[in-house]
Amino acid sequence: MILEIENISVRYSGLPVIHGISLAVNAGETVCVVGSNGAGKSTLLRAIMGSQPVFEGRIILGDREIQKLKTEQIVRLGIVYVPEEKMLFRPISVEKNLLLGAYILERDAQIKRNLEFVYTLFPILRNRRFQAASTLSGGEQQMVAIGRGLMSNPKILMLDEPSFGLAPILVDEVLDTVRRLKEQGMTILLVEQNVREALGLADRGYVLQTGRMVAQGTGRELLEADLFRSAFLGI
Amino acid sequence: MDLLLGSIAAGIVLGMVIALVALGLTIIFGVMEIVNFAHGEFLMVGMYTGLLTAQATGTDPIFTLPVAAIVGFLLGVICYAGFIKFLIRGPMVAQLLGTFGLMLFLRNLALLIFGSSDRTVHHGILVGKSFDIGMGIILPATKAAAAGLSVIAFLAVWLLMNRTKIGKALTATALNAQAARYMGIPTEKMNALAWGIGGGSVTVAGALIVNFWAVNPFMGLLFTMIAFTVVALGGFGSVPGAFFAGLVVGLIMEIPGFWDFFTYTFDWPWMADVPMTSLKYMWIYVAYFVITVIRPRGLFGWKH
Repeated sequence: MILEIENISVRYSGLPVIHGISLAVNAGETVCVVGSNGAGKSTLLRAIMGSQPVFEGRIILGDREIQKLKTEQIVRLGIVYVPEEKMLFRPISVEKNLLLGAYILERDAQIKRNLEFVYTLFPILRNRRFQAASTLSGGEQQMVAIGRGLMSNPKILMLDEPSFGLAPILVDEVLDTVRRLKEQGMTILLVEQNVREALGLADRGYVLQTGRMVAQGTGRELLEADLFRSAFLGI
Repeated sequence: MDLLLGSIAAGIVLGMVIALVALGLTIIFGVMEIVNFAHGEFLMVGMYTGLLTAQATGTDPIFTLPVAAIVGFLLGVICYAGFIKFLIRGPMVAQLLGTFGLMLFLRNLALLIFGSSDRTVHHGILVGKSFDIGMGIILPATKAAAAGLSVIAFLAVWLLMNRTKIGKALTATALNAQAARYMGIPTEKMNALAWGIGGGSVTVAGALIVNFWAVNPFMGLLFTMIAFTVVALGGFGSVPGAFFAGLVVGLIMEIPGFWDFFTYTFDWPWMADVPMTSLKYMWIYVAYFVITVIRPRGLFGWKH
């Protein structure tokens, strides 16, 4: 087990938004967290990242407790977070954005290799590499955000609604990218609202509802569970 | 004609130093979006540092610049870690009043230690010497040296910001601090560093200015205002902007010199009656007003 979350609770100014969630991610696995708006999916990822204080419970990466660490320390330990808002460095070029993703790496050869990997994964970014990130389309910006996350050789890649706000054809493309990364052995923790597709590609899934974990299982199990079908798929 | 060229040369030379004065303000604003009202007081600290170390060692303040740089760096880092760090969690108005309080504190501390009288550099290798650079332009050695060293210091900071990993981390922090943290950049340290670089560059400017400008505990506000004008004109957060705007503001400060030239050239009696030298600093405030109305984001600004 590479990442283990034990019974964590998170509060926003005193109000509990996550009530004792536990979750585990094994190396090489793609784990998907689904749930409706306000279920606490993004809060969960931010809590793992140290940008949202954990009220109680433990988060363990490898053999280390990380719930008290700062965001930048957690990144150095190998967790990378691609936020829903993308958070690109908008006025600077695509390539500079990507290179900042490799900030924690020291060796130029490694950085160059990673950059090449990202350009192979998203060939369009090579053509756009000198353009300011703000001039890109929504789909391309999402590619920069994911590519920037991959630049530091993460042990775990956490993607927060990577398909949010994209046209249907681009949604498929982004999820296809996730599938390709999974095939290459990347460990992925994915939060998605395209429940069917996301659970289809995930090894396992968790269902969040108003801050509580209400179901878990393999993607197929969840898609076939009655409770789940009525709550999320409307059937 | 000598009068005109002389004024232009004096304006450019002063402008180079002023650019360095404003550099720290624009870096701190760029990285943290906080306006430091105590910026002129930091300059004053640099001037007293230059003066005292020069007196202690018996040389010109120019030769004790590293001391001023270290004092300024520490001053900036201490102000950030001990004060600003807590202030930025509050609302904007708390930040403004907070750095305003820092200004009053430093000013009164200087008054307590040094008294209210003007102090100047009386002796040194450069004092009283001058260069004749041709076309009738004569530059005092103190000002020429200050201008040259300002440009070197400015270039050093520019290289740091644009060619090093630390500079890239500072830029990332400036553009989006939360995203920078997600890249593994320690943004708290970057903030402290921005204050250190900001403080160090302005105290170096102070140690250069004290070669030809008297220091007293009250002169900070004038330079805060000058620095604001430069930063507003150049664009908040823009390093090259600060340099070009510094030159422009240096020339604005030489308006009395230009006035003398026109008075002399056209020989209109009324021009001689205008007390232009007394109105010297008015033009800075006029320029600041015009810039904020016409082009609030400055010449090179990517922030508003």
